[in-house]
Amino acid sequence: MTFFFQNLINALQWGSFYALIALGYSMVYGVLMLFNFAHGDIFMVGAYIGFGVATGLVALTSMGALALPNWLILVLTILISMFLTSFVGMIVERVGYRPLRDAPRASAAITGLMIGIILETGNLALLGAQRISFPALVQSTTYNLGGVFVTNKKIMIVLFSIALMYALHLFVRKTRWGMAMRAMAFDYVVVPLLGVPINNIARMTFAIGSALAAVAGIFFGVAYPVLDPYMGIIFGWKAFVAAILGGRGSILGACLAGFLLGFIEIFVAMIFPSTLRDFIAYSIILLILTFRPHGFFGEPYSARLSL
Amino acid sequence: MQINNSLSPEKKTFASRIRNSFAQLPLLAWLCGVLGAVLLERYLGDPLTELLGLPKIPALFGAVTILKKPQLIPGTVAFLFLIYAVPILVIPRLFGSILNRLVGRLFHLSPAMSVAIHLGLLYLILSLWADVSGYRLLTLKLTLIAIIVTLSLNVINGYMGEFSCSHPGFLALGAYTASVFTLFFFVDDKVFGAAFLPKFLGPFLFPIALILGGIVAAIGAIAIAIPSFRTRGDYLAIISLAFMFIVKSIIENLEFVRGPRGLSSQPNYVDLPTVFIWTVAAVWIINNFVRSTTGKALNAVRDDEMAADAMTVNTRRTKIVAFLFAAFWAGVAGGLFAHVLRYVNPGTFSIQKLAEVLAMVYFGGLNSVYGSIVGAVSLSLLGEALRPLEIFKWIIIPLLLILVMIFRPTGLIAFKDFDVMKLISPKEKS
Repeated sequence: MTFFFQNLINALQWGSFYALIALGYSMVYGVLMLFNFAHGDIFMVGAYIGFGVATGLVALTSMGALALPNWLILVLTILISMFLTSFVGMIVERVGYRPLRDAPRASAAITGLMIGIILETGNLALLGAQRISFPALVQSTTYNLGGVFVTNKKIMIVLFSIALMYALHLFVRKTRWGMAMRAMAFDYVVVPLLGVPINNIARMTFAIGSALAAVAGIFFGVAYPVLDPYMGIIFGWKAFVAAILGGRGSILGACLAGFLLGFIEIFVAMIFPSTLRDFIAYSIILLILTFRPHGFFGEPYSARLSL
Repeated sequence: MQINNSLSPEKKTFASRIRNSFAQLPLLAWLCGVLGAVLLERYLGDPLTELLGLPKIPALFGAVTILKKPQLIPGTVAFLFLIYAVPILVIPRLFGSILNRLVGRLFHLSPAMSVAIHLGLLYLILSLWADVSGYRLLTLKLTLIAIIVTLSLNVINGYMGEFSCSHPGFLALGAYTASVFTLFFFVDDKVFGAAFLPKFLGPFLFPIALILGGIVAAIGAIAIAIPSFRTRGDYLAIISLAFMFIVKSIIENLEFVRGPRGLSSQPNYVDLPTVFIWTVAAVWIINNFVRSTTGKALNAVRDDEMAADAMTVNTRRTKIVAFLFAAFWAGVAGGLFAHVLRYVNPGTFSIQKLAEVLAMVYFGGLNSVYGSIVGAVSLSLLGEALRPLEIFKWIIIPLLLILVMIFRPTGLIAFKDFDVMKLISPKEKS
């Protein structure tokens, strides 16, 4: 039983990365009916921006220019990185998606993929291929809860991720901007006629998604303090899978599917040899999609005439 | 453009004049021009490189030399001009009218013979060009294989309008099946023991290995074709993506093909004629397929599945045929690929490969055989030519693709029929 709960905690942490990234995919899809294939690499860029900000703040503190406690550095890192990374998202929207809004959807997928490659390569060219380690901002303390070992990092990551998801939910449900986003997701043709500034909404959606990806990147850096330029590929594609699995455009679905993917991966790795992890995880996804092709909360598709 | 020309024939722009001169010369004249250039390079290339102070004949049209050693740019440009530009521009002009009449005779005599002569000339050009260095030969082989892969993906993504991400998986299935077949039967190696059959049979039975690879890939494609009955678009993209990861993961876990370490020492069966014949066969068969009734049904399914269904198109049959057909050719290409490189590992067939193939399809143009050929050739050659830029290559090529997508969202040459008869027929003087 403790074994189960131990892995449950790990899975929650692992799943919160997926869920935070999947939210970005799902939101952009909901608004533009397009997937932002550069999103995984925005996650990577967010992690690196977080690394830069954190290192800078730590250096300033140690030089005596600023007197900041570690927790404040972490909070500032998260806020500044969210802000900066949201600009990356807006640039991606402006360069790769706005010119292609009326083009076939696959073309926008290609520009997204290519922007992703540019971000990876740009990072590789700037910083080199070696992995860099994230500064240790949080002193790791381990709590023993009846045989289950929990670190304060894990608690912080899971709780803060869930809080962010709830905040996003409130934003989409309760604010005027959120209402505009939902309206765009509902009807893409009429809503602009009603005076909703679709370009601003699209930009904002990319910005919010990227800010969430930056948070995921920083949390990843805190939990596993190694960053490399290709970390976005594997996380990005898996989070994309989670976004689809949740039902495209559904925020709740993306969160749940992100956590589910985390659970599947962690528990498969616990029970079977870890080389089989991808095989079993993707087979489960394939099975789910075979029987429920529109994901958990998506709308079913039908090409047959139902007379 | 056409209306403009007919209204004011005296005001011809430079571009339209060039287009006209292209249109007036038969394909055979251009082939002869290129053949002249290649022959010139073969017999005069070495003395000319010495004269111009170049270390050796520029392998890929001088791109590498220009990027690496800027002081050699004048020499390289002069070489390219003398060897390539002059014969290609002069020979078609000089012999254009004679060749046009010859092509006319041939065309009326027997179109099949005319096609054979054109293909023979093309093969002669390629083999002479590739004869200069081993690097050229390898690049050429990989480019020809890329044409097969791109065409087969275009059947699904262009003609049928799905977004399939499974092609690396099909390639892997074909590559591994063909490799296991040849290694098991014709090679003494550590993995599968001594050769099972006499080795001299190998090159003759190699087509069977490729076809087996194609069939295994096609069987794998059933896993995607069946979900495609119920869903399409993004969900099918994910299903195909999952398929790709599953194939890679299965191969990584199969100990009898040495898991992640990969298979090596495949026999050297794939020479230039083999790749050329398979590529021509692939282009020919795929072109006939997409122009057939089933091919038209693919377009109908893409444009409106419900309407196609109502117009008695059997959408299920169409989808499954398209997937199996495309996967078969991808498998064949995978087998060729494995025997050209003579080493495969599961890591070859990953997301990077997918991005590469997708880029070729969408760069060249959807729904078009020309487009696939152009996309595969230009991106493979560009990838090789920009090699000296090292990592910045992966910034320039994506940027180029983004620009193409913004200005021509369906690719360079999209929605164009590949009509062989029109291609080889004599040109009318206008």
